[in-house]
Amino acid sequence: MQESSYLDQPRGLKSWLLTLDHKRIAILYLIAVAIYFLAGSVFALLIRTILARPENPLVTAQHYNQIFTLHGAIMIFLFIIPATPAILGNFALPLMIGARDVAFPRLNLASWYTYIIGSLVILYSLHSGAADTGWTFYTPYSTQSNSSVITTTLGVFIAGFSSVFTGINFIATVHKLRAPGMTWFKMPLFVWSLYATSIIQVLATPVLAITLVLLILERVFGVGIFDPKMGGDPVLFQHFFWFYSHPAVYIMILPAMGVISELIPVFARRKIFGYSAIAFSSLAIAFLSFLVWGHHMFVSGEAEIASVIFSLLTFLVAIPSGVKIFNWTATLYKGRISFDPPMVYALMFLFLFAIGGLTGLFLGALASDVHVSDTYFVVAHFHYVMMGGAMMGLLGGLHFWWPKIFGRMYSRFWSLTAAVLVFIGFNLTFFPQFILGMKGMPRRYYTYLPQYKPLNVLSTVGAYVLGVGLVVLVWCLLASLKRKRQTLSNNPWNAGTLEWTTTSPPPTQNFKTQPVVKHGPYDYEEMVAERT
Amino acid sequence: MAVHADNSKGHSIPSKVYLRVGAALLILTAITVAVAQIPLGGFNLVVAMIIATAKATLVALFFMHLKYDNRLYLLIFVIALATLAVFIILTLFDTLNRGRILPEVAAPIRSEAVIYPLDSARSGAIPTEDTSSGSNAPEH
Amino acid sequence: MNMNDNPHTDALQHHFADMEQQRESAKLGMWLFLITELLLFGGLFGFYTFYRASNPEIFYNAHSTLDVKFGALYTVVLILSSITFALAIYHIRENKRKQTLMLLGATVLFGVIFLAVKGFEWAHHIHLGQLPGKYYTFTGIQGTNPHIFYSAYYMMTGLHSLHVLGGLAVILWLMVRTRRGDFSSYYFVPLEMTGLYWHLVDMIWIYLFPLFYLVG
Repeated sequence: MQESSYLDQPRGLKSWLLTLDHKRIAILYLIAVAIYFLAGSVFALLIRTILARPENPLVTAQHYNQIFTLHGAIMIFLFIIPATPAILGNFALPLMIGARDVAFPRLNLASWYTYIIGSLVILYSLHSGAADTGWTFYTPYSTQSNSSVITTTLGVFIAGFSSVFTGINFIATVHKLRAPGMTWFKMPLFVWSLYATSIIQVLATPVLAITLVLLILERVFGVGIFDPKMGGDPVLFQHFFWFYSHPAVYIMILPAMGVISELIPVFARRKIFGYSAIAFSSLAIAFLSFLVWGHHMFVSGEAEIASVIFSLLTFLVAIPSGVKIFNWTATLYKGRISFDPPMVYALMFLFLFAIGGLTGLFLGALASDVHVSDTYFVVAHFHYVMMGGAMMGLLGGLHFWWPKIFGRMYSRFWSLTAAVLVFIGFNLTFFPQFILGMKGMPRRYYTYLPQYKPLNVLSTVGAYVLGVGLVVLVWCLLASLKRKRQTLSNNPWNAGTLEWTTTSPPPTQNFKTQPVVKHGPYDYEEMVAERT
Repeated sequence: MAVHADNSKGHSIPSKVYLRVGAALLILTAITVAVAQIPLGGFNLVVAMIIATAKATLVALFFMHLKYDNRLYLLIFVIALATLAVFIILTLFDTLNRGRILPEVAAPIRSEAVIYPLDSARSGAIPTEDTSSGSNAPEH
Repeated sequence: MNMNDNPHTDALQHHFADMEQQRESAKLGMWLFLITELLLFGGLFGFYTFYRASNPEIFYNAHSTLDVKFGALYTVVLILSSITFALAIYHIRENKRKQTLMLLGATVLFGVIFLAVKGFEWAHHIHLGQLPGKYYTFTGIQGTNPHIFYSAYYMMTGLHSLHVLGGLAVILWLMVRTRRGDFSSYYFVPLEMTGLYWHLVDMIWIYLFPLFYLVG
């Protein structure tokens, strides 16, 4: 007899749209974020199609600028920032700490609606002449462009609140709603990383909000803060913008790192190596993320002394990131590794994130940055970290928790096929861009010199392979929803965290009885001993 | 009734504390206005900021109960202030040090930069001999 | 369930174990919200600092166009409103609903005085052409780009006044709920949370006052 789960009760569209259940809000987010990911991907494929040849007559330069701006704005603000915290975090965080819900369920629902309203405003900008400034909205161009910069920034401004709401909710939940026995150092590492992420969301997002307000005021009233003619300073905009947006890339990557910290011990059947080092490195990354934003302005006329300081601080971020990578590889050492789909994504993460992270050091070093600044090298670095890192973490987590969320298992063969296609397509798309950047191809132009053509064609082919891989992936996950639910065990991966002790999918109140935590999340030996 | 049990949790501060702190705030306001009338050069700003900070501290400790409440809230508050300080100080490191090592070469700023207008966007796509300037640069 | 003995059970949400946990969570959430407000204003304080650092003479020359008497009045009014709000919460903890209501009313009154005088002052500046950015037409301030001072002034006091306005709306709603008997010493979380917000708004004004009216 199938027990009733949060998916079945209560029924009806209204019960979903007004739900206060964190698990249902996670699914609402999953649907919305997936739609925007699809939109962002379409723009990505358009970009690569245009760049398959120089002077492509397919679109105008202006349209190209609008397309890459939309790709960036949608992927950053509507996909990768909310994705892992709002989907996987919302679903798993209360379950992992043995709580019935997040601390403020109504705020949680408000967060989803704010996200939807913000995203619709951004979409509306399509109608009124989409912004062509790039997702960074740099002044002075953004204060003069004829496109609808105000609408787009307003949309980002609104969507920012949803991020703050999620952050506030998670911090309060972690502090106040942990199950009996769940001490700070018995929390799963995904919870630690979400906690660090939330700190950044709460501290940095308001500065983005005020930046966008200043930009809107500059356009409406001409207050002149970013206009040297009126006593302002355009580089100041970059300071304001990156004070949020650099920490924001850690909002994107930290939750993915948390997912990886869950996957590796489960599928290597080993207790995680250096638990507290990983936990503290999350906090260290959150702390350092606020000290490095100036490395985006090495060639923008920033004072040399400031650049030296920012460069030095930037290198410090490599330390906690390195601590994580080494601890994960140390966990794999002598482990009994099973290549299930979640683990395949985790291993892909290790490989791709290492490349992304190391190329980041090229960019953080003052001299080499001058050579590759604003070239495709930056584009490739960013995509290796964000897609190769954050996105692979998200996909790994989605495959890991999918049976818990929906109570159904996907086809192992097809999901591994998708993973291989994604991996090949991703590298084929972005590795050539490192070379293009080194050779001097600037980013954000609709055309290029003829000598860059072969590598650009390679990159475009890769983008289509990646696209096919993602279609297979989505189809494979959706097809699983047609399968029967009964056959699945509560804990198909033999994981040790609390969410696997309840039924799949969980009941509305999460746990039948209040769980009491006795051992750490990765103590597999104790767990086996307990069971026998 | 749970009323009394509940009251014992979280301090109930006597009402005269609020009145005294309020009086202190009003006196400090009078002082800061008076001091501002004396020309002290740059020190006026320093004095005004010290008095404002004293007032803000009183508000935070007593009106906002940080003195009595869970230390966590004080920590959160201090972290936020530290973040703000980092933002302002590191940015000033840039804005106050421009041109220290390599002199900045200033060029006059043209009041109207030419940006390609939406309606004639097509013009940028016309192939030219010099493909490197295929994007329509502001001026040719 | 022994909880049914309690007349206020409906105030406790299902995912909290007891009222104390709920109240502490709300307070933590409120503090986190307050620091987002602080950083929102902080961006503007940063903007003020950078603007002032690069144009010190404008700020000095322009601040005398603001009337210290108004600035002092706002400060006094906001401090008084903070006192009355704190006392209102004190009285609800003693279950004295009538006094609470009167003190909240006094808070609203002070807030309204603040906004009314502020509106009057703004109207005066606008009349003189002391407007932000490109609309600035006043000629009485020495130096290049004198609009800078007023751009900063309108942005910072404007955002602050918006927060006062929002706070007043919430306090009025709290007065309705107090009258209805929603609050007692057992449950007064919304009053306490709004109080924190109101004090923060007061605190921000404590800095705005000297920065614009005294040492401009």
